[in-house]
Order: sequence, then C-alpha cells, then structure tokens
Amino acid sequence: MSLVFAAIMSHGPGMTARADRADPAVRDPFFATLARLRNALESSRPDAIIVIAAEHFANFFMNNMPAYCIGMAEDYEGPIEDPDWLQIPRRTIPGAPDLSRRIVGKVMDRVDVAYAEEWKFDHGVMVPLSFLTPRFDLPVIPVNINCQGPPLTPLHRAYEFGIAMGEACESVPERVAIVGTGGISHWPATPNSGKINEAWDREFLRRWLRNDRVALTAYSDEETLRDAGQGGFEIRTLISVAGACQGRTGEVWFCEPIPIFATSGFAAVMDVGGDGADAAA
Amino acid sequence: MSLYALQKLLYELNRNPAVQEAFASDREAVIANYRLTGEEVDAIRSDDIGKLYILGVNGQILMHFAAWRGLAWDEYIQAMKDALAKHGRVRGGLYAAVDDGKGGAV
Repeated sequence: MSLVFAAIMSHGPGMTARADRADPAVRDPFFATLARLRNALESSRPDAIIVIAAEHFANFFMNNMPAYCIGMAEDYEGPIEDPDWLQIPRRTIPGAPDLSRRIVGKVMDRVDVAYAEEWKFDHGVMVPLSFLTPRFDLPVIPVNINCQGPPLTPLHRAYEFGIAMGEACESVPERVAIVGTGGISHWPATPNSGKINEAWDREFLRRWLRNDRVALTAYSDEETLRDAGQGGFEIRTLISVAGACQGRTGEVWFCEPIPIFATSGFAAVMDVGGDGADAAA
Repeated sequence: MSLYALQKLLYELNRNPAVQEAFASDREAVIANYRLTGEEVDAIRSDDIGKLYILGVNGQILMHFAAWRGLAWDEYIQAMKDALAKHGRVRGGLYAAVDDGKGGAV
C-alpha cells in the first residue's frame, strides 16, 4: 500500500549529546515538535520505518562505496559512537529482513542499489529514532545515500531513487513509514560547527514542501558547498523523500537555527493522506 | 593515497572494537598495517587531533575518533582551531574551515 507517513528531520548528534547546552527558547519548541512528529508516526500505525540517512563512515568506506544502499538485516546495532558521548545507550534494533528484501527487489526495477545484511547505526539513524521511536521497537529499514565520499550521486538521481522507494512501498501490503534525515546547511565537524545559513534552509524547505522536483534538484554541488557547507550535501536524503511522495505536497512544522546542534532544528511532513495526516492536522 | 590509508585506519578504529583493543595494547603494530607518511604516523602516535584535521581527515571520521580518544566537544573544536593557527589551512578533503575557522557555536 502507499506510504502511511513521510517526514524529514535533522539528525545532528548535538541533539542528544549537547541538548543541555541549547537555548531552551528554541530547543524546547523543537523537541515538542518532534514529539508531535512521533505522535503522527504512531497514529499512522506503521509496520516498519524506513530511515533514509546520510551515514558518516559507520559501514561504508571509499574501498567500496555504494551510492545507495538498503539494509536487509534481521537486526542492527547502534550507536557506533561512544554511547556516553552521544548520550544514547548502545542497543540492538529490530530489522524487517523479509520486507527489506521485497523492497530492494522492487527498487531494482528502476535504480541499481546495493544491499547490506550487516549494518551499524550511527547518529544519522540513532538520533532520529531516539525521538520518533524511543523504545526502539519499531522494525527499521535503513537506507544510506553517500553524501560523504565524492563523487556523490547527482540530486536528480536522489529524487529518482525516492520515486523507486515510493513505488516499492506501494507494492507491498505492509504499512510503511519513511523518514529522511540530515542537512540542511551546516559545516559540521569543522571549527565553524554552528555556522548555519538560515535563509538557505528556509528556501530549501519551501522547495521541499512544494515538492518542486526541478527546484529541489537545481543546486550544483559547488553552490551547496559554498552556501550550505559540506553538510549541505545531505539534502540528498531529504530530496529522496520528496521523490517517494511525488505529486504530494508538504508542510514545515519547525525550522530554527540551533548552533550547538550544528544545524537548524527542523521537521517537515508530506501529506500522504490517511491516519497519520489526520493526526498531523 | 596516503590520506586514504590514514582515514581507513581511523575508520577501522571507529567501528571495530577488536582494532580498538589492538591499538590500545600495541599502537605501533596497528599503525604498521597502513601505508602512512611519517607526518601521519606522528599525528596518530601523539593523538594529535588538530594535526589530523589539517592533514585532511574527513570531519565525520575525525569527530568520532576524537570522541573515542576522550576529547570533550569543546576540546575537539579547540584542537582544530589551534591547529589552524599553528599549521595553516587544511591540506585535503572536504572539511576545510571557512572564515579562517572563526565563528561557530564554540
């Protein structure tokens, strides 16, 4: 059936690792928005959640870097980071291997993808799950788009990959939720961490909520690096969710710079119809 | 090629507890498995996070590595700022500082 829930949100490790250092005037409404997102997700009664994230060398390296990879494991371990540093205890998270296998097979009709039966989660998956499924009990299908080791997949391919993911979810009987995490503008893991281009973020989200395929995929990597930092390359994950919801439009629930989190805290949903959308209204 | 090897070593250290244990018990033996320059070996030997940043290690790899080596967030950011002042600009990779490394949240 068609997707029951589709959203995007930030995944900076500071959201858990340095939550106590964020300005409460911005942090508290952001976290309240994420609680609302969790409610909407739960109301959509998903059987599994696909998390499209840009991982950070937890599993893939330049010896054999897939542009796109879908997890197919029985379970996953995370976080790979020092749990005391990330402030998320290490645990095992259930996968959905049979569903993954069917989705991978269907996606291959359109897009060549890698798959992986071993996968360790880093903050790109663990931080969003810690807010959306804090009991870590909903089966997860992780998806990675390489946003770290150039050459990177072009943005128009990320949108196309999203279309393939959306079609694959339509082809299965399970109720599937999808969440894209990463971005938007940031200069993470540099001395400039905390630099944020607020205007660029808002313009990107305007393109996203319109699901404007041409505008979303119009950024060159040179422009993104200049205006949105190396962290801006992660817009590929957000663009793929738009692709999965082609023809639908969305709503931005929150977007404010939170420098100690290294990015804007943001959350946005696509209107996919059904119970989740009702809860979101 | 060498930056690749340096990042490969840190990638393995970040994700593989067996490599972490080997590194803790005999750092030189682990280092010897990778084709590194003398400068890179020195930086690894001395846990010089700032120098590793200047050498071009991907920030996401270095951030995890710095956390594993016990640096608090502010210490990690400061190590990169200090290294910029001492060694000059980042020599490779995607994570070069902008604005001369000024600004940011810390």
